[in-house]
Amino acid sequence: MSSPWKWPLRILALGYLAGLVALPVGSIFFRAFQHGFGAAWDAVTTPDALHALWLTFVVVLIAVPLNTVFGVGMSLILARHRFPGAWLLDAFVDLPLAVSPVVVGIALVLVYGRSGWFGDWLAGHGIAVIFSLPGIVMASATVSLPYVVREVLPVLQEIGTDQEQAATTLGAKPFAIFRRITLPSIRRSLAYGVTLTTARVLGEFGAVVVVSGAIAGRTQTLTLFIQDGIENLNVVGAYAGAVILALIALGVLAILGRDTTSEGRKRRWRSPSDPSPSSSETPLLSTT
Amino acid sequence: MSPPPAVDLGVRPDGPIPNPFAHGLRRSVGRWAGPGLAVTYLSLLVVLPLAALVSKAFTSGFGAFWQAVSQPEAVAALKLTLIASLIVATFNALAGLVIAWVLVRDDFRGKQAVNAMIDLPFALPTVVAGLTLLSLYGPDSIFHLNVADTKIGIVVALAFVTLPFSVRSVQPVLAELDREVEEAASSLGATSSVVLRRVILPGIAPAMLAGAGLAFARAVGEFGSVVLISGNLPFKTEVASSWIYSLSQSDQLSAAAAVSVVLVVVALLVLVAIGLLRRRFDIGESV
Repeated sequence: MSSPWKWPLRILALGYLAGLVALPVGSIFFRAFQHGFGAAWDAVTTPDALHALWLTFVVVLIAVPLNTVFGVGMSLILARHRFPGAWLLDAFVDLPLAVSPVVVGIALVLVYGRSGWFGDWLAGHGIAVIFSLPGIVMASATVSLPYVVREVLPVLQEIGTDQEQAATTLGAKPFAIFRRITLPSIRRSLAYGVTLTTARVLGEFGAVVVVSGAIAGRTQTLTLFIQDGIENLNVVGAYAGAVILALIALGVLAILGRDTTSEGRKRRWRSPSDPSPSSSETPLLSTT
Repeated sequence: MSPPPAVDLGVRPDGPIPNPFAHGLRRSVGRWAGPGLAVTYLSLLVVLPLAALVSKAFTSGFGAFWQAVSQPEAVAALKLTLIASLIVATFNALAGLVIAWVLVRDDFRGKQAVNAMIDLPFALPTVVAGLTLLSLYGPDSIFHLNVADTKIGIVVALAFVTLPFSVRSVQPVLAELDREVEEAASSLGATSSVVLRRVILPGIAPAMLAGAGLAFARAVGEFGSVVLISGNLPFKTEVASSWIYSLSQSDQLSAAAAVSVVLVVVALLVLVAIGLLRRRFDIGESV
């Protein structure tokens, strides 16, 4: 099988990757700095661009901690308790991965928008969600909801409860057990989960474009700024913004690449839309 | 040292951690506060919005739902989405096999970098993915290959974002394949194409199929990477997500919800099928 096919296959595989991934990604660096570094710098330091950067940063700062706390809590619930409906909870956690981000945005509008379920109540209390920061945060949090759970839950299931039970019998309080025993053992997977969550929140487009209204200088995140730049002839700004996000993505890959254990890699390879990364049990189907 | 509190020491390795203080109202409030908050958070972000989506889609009855999903522009968008996703899933399954093969069986300088590159489409924001493709294969392509505003552009964008699924689903299975069986087959006189057809493909087919399914599910809902390169021309290059988006922009939320429900159902069916496939072939751990 090997020798006559070695070179054709190698050329085919590398050629496909070069044409589809390496060259296109390389070309945005070329486009961004085509007119010099100064032009690119100017394009991402305009008031609108700076606001988009700031807004993206704020959204990350709110959505990522929320999802981290939720992710750890939900993983503990799913790993440590047997109760009817657990499979449904698990399936709901994974749902955002299976659904188009635009659909996530629409669904949020239908609850929190002007004519949505809570629309009157929110308006009555003067709370703006859709077309405002809370909506952007909620959309970002929803699409990135599963990542921490998907990373932490398998580890929790694997380590079991022996040490925690021992600590309990020795009189340790629940919080002390969590801080001194549980947290150290999930630290690594939690770090990956948070990295993936951050990457997704930074890069989310479809869900945010629906709920934000994409108003420049007000509700425009960095990804919306890039799209707006392409459609409204701020091409240098769009490419420069894209370079910022591409560099962050490369950083994310570097962090994830440090997890060389085959289990971690397998899990991650399948995480984006896979409902059952951790075990042969499929949450959508499992009956436990 | 104070004596340990009286505690139920019944051996329950899989049960909940015995909580020695789990009596009294305050404790039971504390005990339910965590799960309560988690479920509330999940409800606010996922469960309620999904319920609102389904309810909105059928709020004026099944007739209105059907009208929304059977109007010509919706049909065109759904058809384009499903066909393009099918093409991409099939094509990338083959490309993914070739790439996985080279990564597992071949050895060359820079293999680690190539291996890392496979995950880039997953780490890269979708809009940036779309922009990279537009930059190289758009109106001012240095290769003079302009696929912007065409169906080919959509296929290229979907191929980009689904690449990791196609490669990563086959790669571990290929790596664990027993090469002695192949060698035995060769030594018994099997040609390389027979070995491929009779030994290798049967071993990796379920994994390939699962990878293609994941790629298909992802492609059906894709928006960000497609939106820049497709031009969103109605009846020509408008995918389902774009159509839903334009409905939402013109405040036709019932119709948007109806088409959304179709997308959700398609994605869930595919994922359930993958789950069954995994069970049937017992590839849950390795794929």
